[in-house]
Amino acid sequence: MSDVLAVTEHRRGELRDVSYEVISAGRDLADETGGDLHLAVIGGDTERFAEDLDREGVDVIHTVDEGEEFNHDVYVQAVEALHADLDPQVLLMPNSVNGLDYAPAVANRLDLPLATDAVGLDYDDGLTVTREMYGSKVETTVKVGGDRQAVTIRDAEWPAAEGVGDAEVSAFEADIDADSGSTVTGFEEVGGGDVDISEADFIVSIGRGIEEEENLDLIRDLVEATDATLASSRPIVDNGWLPKNRQVGQSGKVVTPDVYLAIGISGAVQHVAGMKGADTIIAINTDPNAPIFDIADYGIVGDLFEVVPELIEEFE
Amino acid sequence: MKVLVTVKEVAEVADDFEIEGTEVGERYLEYDLNEWDDYAVEEAVQLKEDGPAEEVVTVTIGPERAEETIRMALAKGADRAVRIWDDALEEPDMLDVETKTNLLSAVVEEEAPDLVLTGVQSGDDALGATGVSLADQIGFQWGAVVNALDYDHDAGVAHVHRELEGGVEELTDIELPAVLTIQTGINEPRYASLRGIRQAQSKEIAPKSLADLGLDAGAVESDLTLTSMYEPESESDAELFEGDASDTAGKLATVLREKGVAE
Ligand SMILES: Cc1cc2nc3c(=O)[nH]c(=O)nc-3n(C[C@H](O)[C@H](O)[C@H](O)COP(=O)(O)OP(=O)(O)OC[C@H]3O[C@@H](n4cnc5c(N)ncnc54)[C@H](O)[C@@H]3O)c2cc1C
Repeated sequence: MSDVLAVTEHRRGELRDVSYEVISAGRDLADETGGDLHLAVIGGDTERFAEDLDREGVDVIHTVDEGEEFNHDVYVQAVEALHADLDPQVLLMPNSVNGLDYAPAVANRLDLPLATDAVGLDYDDGLTVTREMYGSKVETTVKVGGDRQAVTIRDAEWPAAEGVGDAEVSAFEADIDADSGSTVTGFEEVGGGDVDISEADFIVSIGRGIEEEENLDLIRDLVEATDATLASSRPIVDNGWLPKNRQVGQSGKVVTPDVYLAIGISGAVQHVAGMKGADTIIAINTDPNAPIFDIADYGIVGDLFEVVPELIEEFE
Repeated sequence: MKVLVTVKEVAEVADDFEIEGTEVGERYLEYDLNEWDDYAVEEAVQLKEDGPAEEVVTVTIGPERAEETIRMALAKGADRAVRIWDDALEEPDMLDVETKTNLLSAVVEEEAPDLVLTGVQSGDDALGATGVSLADQIGFQWGAVVNALDYDHDAGVAHVHRELEGGVEELTDIELPAVLTIQTGINEPRYASLRGIRQAQSKEIAPKSLADLGLDAGAVESDLTLTSMYEPESESDAELFEGDASDTAGKLATVLREKGVAE
């Protein structure tokens, strides 16, 4: 009853990183609630997944053999049934795209208060969640009421669990009606095309600070003068100013250049997910509080329309 | 077919701001149509222009001030709007998912839409949960983070792409009635034309209180309480270049040369 139940995630035969992170978050929390850590792995090669998920600190792994890939109807019913069976204090799920597709339905069905996109968890006489607002400009602590709670956690905020554990593996028979009105029919890779920005050594990346499509010419001049590779944050691609294969981030490409020069990019978590592995990060931004400066090695607090022309001159 | 679009007015925080208690000071806030909802409105209006939708209705939870934002959605082509507000909603500093679900499902019951479009998330709270929670509550099918929608009217099926991580999209068929949460980039939201803005003035914005929706104050008791708000401690050890544009550009050029990426 003071246990923690954490749901893992896989795609196309591989467990996703957040599955190991949810173990770390869940273990810490279970230590605070004074209960066990239960994992759920739903669908796919559950036996192999369970072996891999048996890391230090996991008490029980529940496998639900139902379908190959993620299906939200299956996940909702499986988690609902497991929750009814285990009655955990806190239910943890990933704040991934698939998490967004089933966690709110689970919470609604179980009548659990839901706090999403947690970057910190604390259980001391009730659950308190740390999360961000206004595009990471402020951080908040939120007390989550109710007898039982549901939380989704942001990926890459907790370390991946390591070490070999000795968890009990238990096959869970859920009565699942997989016959519903939504059917996954396949997958599609997007973002191919002329260049592979993930191969580039020097990336000049532009964000919404550029304001107008015409102003992109200024950045193109810089790219030419420095022989860099042009990339961007999402809004530039959403606007159709650059093709999808130039987008860096969670739903775009992961890049690992020697230098990543972020111009007029705020550094939203979904953008940072794609470029934090760069050796050197440099930011040009008018807002000294922009989150991009938190991960930058060098920075210029200034107007790109003043700095970039000067920079071009340096290399011409 | 009738399409209901949830439209939220979100607060954006100025570059420099102060926190007062558990809020950002009102004078540092600017209000705007939620970025994700802008794409949801556009998708709905396109469904109307292309034929399958007869009517596009928006629904907003927000005080009277929100009407300016609602007019923006009306100017872009929505037919009419519902605005929910009640004194009981002034109290909690953060509406939880359950509250929004309760309020919106009451409107769905009244309006009986075939399709509900919401944004993936709102730019301020960023809970990202309302659409799917609502779908479950009203017994609709759903799909989250949709970045392509092709509606087959005869079959009553929405062929959608869900944008997963790492440049992979999931292709899913969803039977109507359904709720789809719309991702940015799915279309190109239009600007409101002058004519649209003029027409929007005469379109209906129906105010609804809890009582109008057949709900009581219990429906809006929030389980989430903000206990603190602060500026995240900067973990930055970034070296900031000082000086005017030419000084800073010069120093940046030196770093790029030292790193060997530009000559
Ligand atoms: C499910 C999901 C997936 C997502 N996937 C991605 C993804 O893959 N990649 C991605 O990038 N985003 C992604 N996003 C969007 C992300 O949340 C942000 O909205 C986006 O990264 C913001 O882009 P930006 O930094 O260019 O724009 P903004 O956040 O608007 O920032 C613009 C910046 O420019 C600065 N600026 C303005 N004028 C100037 C000037 N003259 N000179 C210098 N600086 C200036 C501003 O101070 C500001 O910091 C995703 C969101 C969701 C919900």
